[in-house]
Amino acid sequence: MQEIAAKFKEITPKERVKIPRQPMPQQHPDKRVKNFDEVPLGYTVEQAITEANRCIQCKKPSCIDGCPVHINIPEFIEFIAKGNFQRAIESMKKYNMLPAICGRVCPQEEQCEATCVLKHRSEPVAIGRLERFIADWERDHGKIALPSLAPPSGKKVAVVGSGPAGLTVATDLRRSGHEVTMFEAFHAPGGVLFYGIPGFRLPKRIVWAEVKILQKMGVELKLSHVVGKLGTVDSLLEEYGAVFIGTGAGLPYFMGIPGENLTGIYSANEFLTRNNLMRAFEFPTYDTPIVDVGRVAVIGGGNVTMDSARTALRLGAEKVYNIYRRSRVEMPARDEEIERAEEEGVIFKLLHNPVRYSGDENGRVKEMECIRMELGEPDESGRRRPVPIKGSEFTIDVDTVVVAIGNSPNPLIPRTTPDIKVGSHGNIEADTETGKTSKKGVFAAGDIVLGAATVILAMGHARNAASGINEYLQTGKW
Amino acid sequence: MPQNNEILENMRIAPEVNRYRIYAPDIANVRRAGQFVIIRIDDHGERIPLTIADADPDRGELILIVQEVGKTTAHLATLKAGDQLKDIIGPLGSPTHINNFGTVVIVGGGIGIAPCYPIAKAMKKAGNHIVTILGARTKDLLIMEDEMRKTSDEVNICTDDGSYGAKGLVTDLLKNYIEEQGNPDLCVAIGPVIMMKFVVETLRPYQIPVIVSLNPIMIDGTGMCGGCRVEVGGETKFVCVDGPEFDGYAVNFDLLMRRLTLYRKQEHEAYELFKRSHRCQIEAEL
Ligand SMILES: Cc1cc2nc3c(=O)[nH]c(=O)nc-3n(C[C@H](O)[C@H](O)[C@H](O)COP(=O)(O)OP(=O)(O)OC[C@H]3O[C@@H](n4cnc5c(N)ncnc54)[C@H](O)[C@@H]3O)c2cc1C
Ligand SMILES: Cc1cc2nc3c(=O)[nH]c(=O)nc-3n(C[C@H](O)[C@H](O)[C@H](O)COP(=O)(O)OP(=O)(O)OC[C@H]3O[C@@H](n4cnc5c(N)ncnc54)[C@H](O)[C@@H]3O)c2cc1C
Ligand code: SF4
Ligand code: SF4
Ligand code: FES
Repeated sequence: MQEIAAKFKEITPKERVKIPRQPMPQQHPDKRVKNFDEVPLGYTVEQAITEANRCIQCKKPSCIDGCPVHINIPEFIEFIAKGNFQRAIESMKKYNMLPAICGRVCPQEEQCEATCVLKHRSEPVAIGRLERFIADWERDHGKIALPSLAPPSGKKVAVVGSGPAGLTVATDLRRSGHEVTMFEAFHAPGGVLFYGIPGFRLPKRIVWAEVKILQKMGVELKLSHVVGKLGTVDSLLEEYGAVFIGTGAGLPYFMGIPGENLTGIYSANEFLTRNNLMRAFEFPTYDTPIVDVGRVAVIGGGNVTMDSARTALRLGAEKVYNIYRRSRVEMPARDEEIERAEEEGVIFKLLHNPVRYSGDENGRVKEMECIRMELGEPDESGRRRPVPIKGSEFTIDVDTVVVAIGNSPNPLIPRTTPDIKVGSHGNIEADTETGKTSKKGVFAAGDIVLGAATVILAMGHARNAASGINEYLQTGKW
Repeated sequence: MPQNNEILENMRIAPEVNRYRIYAPDIANVRRAGQFVIIRIDDHGERIPLTIADADPDRGELILIVQEVGKTTAHLATLKAGDQLKDIIGPLGSPTHINNFGTVVIVGGGIGIAPCYPIAKAMKKAGNHIVTILGARTKDLLIMEDEMRKTSDEVNICTDDGSYGAKGLVTDLLKNYIEEQGNPDLCVAIGPVIMMKFVVETLRPYQIPVIVSLNPIMIDGTGMCGGCRVEVGGETKFVCVDGPEFDGYAVNFDLLMRRLTLYRKQEHEAYELFKRSHRCQIEAEL
């Protein structure tokens, strides 16, 4: 790799900006819709070094402001450019413990890459892909070193939930020398990283690898342990100096339209959990079934929607429609994922909304009625409000529907912890700078606080909460 | 010392029905009547919900009573003392609302008698007069008669074929009881969906409060997936967190019945596959 890096030694700034953004090698659409393997294959060493050399090493790097955890982006990229991958990953890990994950799932086009100066001239540096590259390099070369731990503090902390928020808090607090126990309701750790985001975007072995490190560092992981049912936050406080709550999303929203409880209509959570956590796509090798999907309609416009649509294709769907009530520009899903869904054959029905479902004699959905929409005045989210066009109803034949329009925060902890303050949507109220909730000794971050957010935001706030917890454990001050 | 999740005893108590004693001290310590666990046998297993039929906190034991209806329950039946379940998650669901109501009629049908037992026990302890009505298809299939007799003040039994107790349905006995003894203060009915539906219809003219326990297909059991949704009073409810017990008059039983049939084809396939491979295994051992 030194030879490759050397090629760029003498390069002039003019030549540098002419290097094209390196494309991501990926599985061909015809092939990948038949498997659950990861779609983007990752940069080669040559591509990574070439891409890293596109970065002009700004004096005032605007990319850093775009990253919610303020990674020193030019620093780690410069090490890659020089072929010094070890230093690159060390630099990265000062800011972000889970680069293999963020490099894959961060909406970079709205964050770090949106503020890269090269965006105005040509295309931004592929920061996310480089982040992924360096993390994969470390894992594939067996170079993952355990972070050093501070001497034992004699303090104990309970972390509830093992999603990105919980993983981050557990790592930081363990490094500070505390004894950490992480409780997870499911039989596998990782939260949405495990049960929500499909393996073709985030292979499960990557999540496992991160969890293994945590365990090697000495974090105790208690799976299949539902806090609120098996003990409460209050009972944890008797044993632990502080409790962190990162319990994420809860019950899925439905639209409340006629026929929504027909069989064959899934929430995205159920549809994805059956496949990702329970591996229904390998039925009957795995015992959990999924229906023969047939013609599928997926409702919504976010990442979850794209994940569901693309999972349906891989289950052998005849057709997959994406029904979304606004237009393409308002879709919250990542551009890359929308493009991939399109390449794989998802049929987009934008500016459409379902109004009712009807079923066959067994109660299985067979038809959905949709209405066309147009965009009106902006609503409180600043996006133009979709309004139905009267008389434009029509029907589509479907065998399966996946409703992916969001979730309410997980209700278990608020319901069993009466003195914790919750907001109007059921989210736990916590200070994003310190993670403090209304209850002494109890901290929270991630989707349980923010509603549906992103992996990196959950991690960023979790990191703040870890500092908050550290301070509280030292001073006892609330 | 037994391991966590270890099966201490697996005993057949009726054709296709087994009683399991399982070591799960944390859950045994806090569980209450009306709650259930979700178990997974091994890494390839499905997560299935099962009511905690009884528990002994001193010995750290749970009792589960399970009817063999498909692959997972059949697999469970083949396990022996000393085998360990991969996961037990619980106690899930809201506990039964226990109070001194006065006279409580408990109607249990088939495997539904198992979830009735902890409720009867808790209701009895709270000072209620317990009238129990048990039904089964035939004498051999009647389970837990002795236990129910111990916690009940009166027990009435019927079988479909008349092989034990009265010949007929639990609804006949229920109606007789009300005509003769007047309205009880509360009824709890647990059994096949169709039985619960008809118990509710039997009680409707008398407007006797009735609680039923619902058994939809579940995955997480913690209020995340939305798979266990049912319609109660025209609203969508989630059985694992809002239930499993609901006001019988408000439940849309027909919808629940339809939702339970969704995976018939796959369930049949998995069951047949299991039976075939299990038979091969036994033959090989012989
Ligand atoms: C399908 C899907 C795709 C997504 N795609 C992206 C993407 O591409 N990029 C991106 O940035 N974000 C994406 N997101 C959003 C992102 O995954 C979440 O914002 C993030 O996972 C939130 O992390 P968290 O730690 O707060 O919660 P979660 O990841 O939800 O983890 C919470 C954990 O807590 C556990 N838990 C809950 N209650 C209890 C309890 N009482 N006791 C013990 N454990 C409990 C849960 O089982 C779960 O494991 C996606 C989300 C979904 C659902
Ligand atoms: C809250 C609750 C408590 C229960 N308690 C008991 C109990 O104490 N004893 C007992 O024998 N059974 C109980 N059940 C039912 C038990 O969970 C199912 O019989 C079991 O899941 C069947 O699995 P299987 O693989 O053997 O059969 P399958 O082949 O999967 O299914 C056979 C039948 O069982 C039903 N079923 C399938 N999967 C589930 C599921 N995940 N949840 C519920 N029903 C399902 C289906 O309607 C199907 O017709 C309970 C169910 C619920 C929801
Ligand atoms: S963590 Fe996400 S936002 Fe930050 S640099 Fe990496 S990819 Fe960009
Ligand atoms: S803004 Fe772009 S070019 Fe400048 S340092 Fe950051 S990544 Fe490099
Ligand atoms: S089983 Fe998933 S929400 Fe109830």
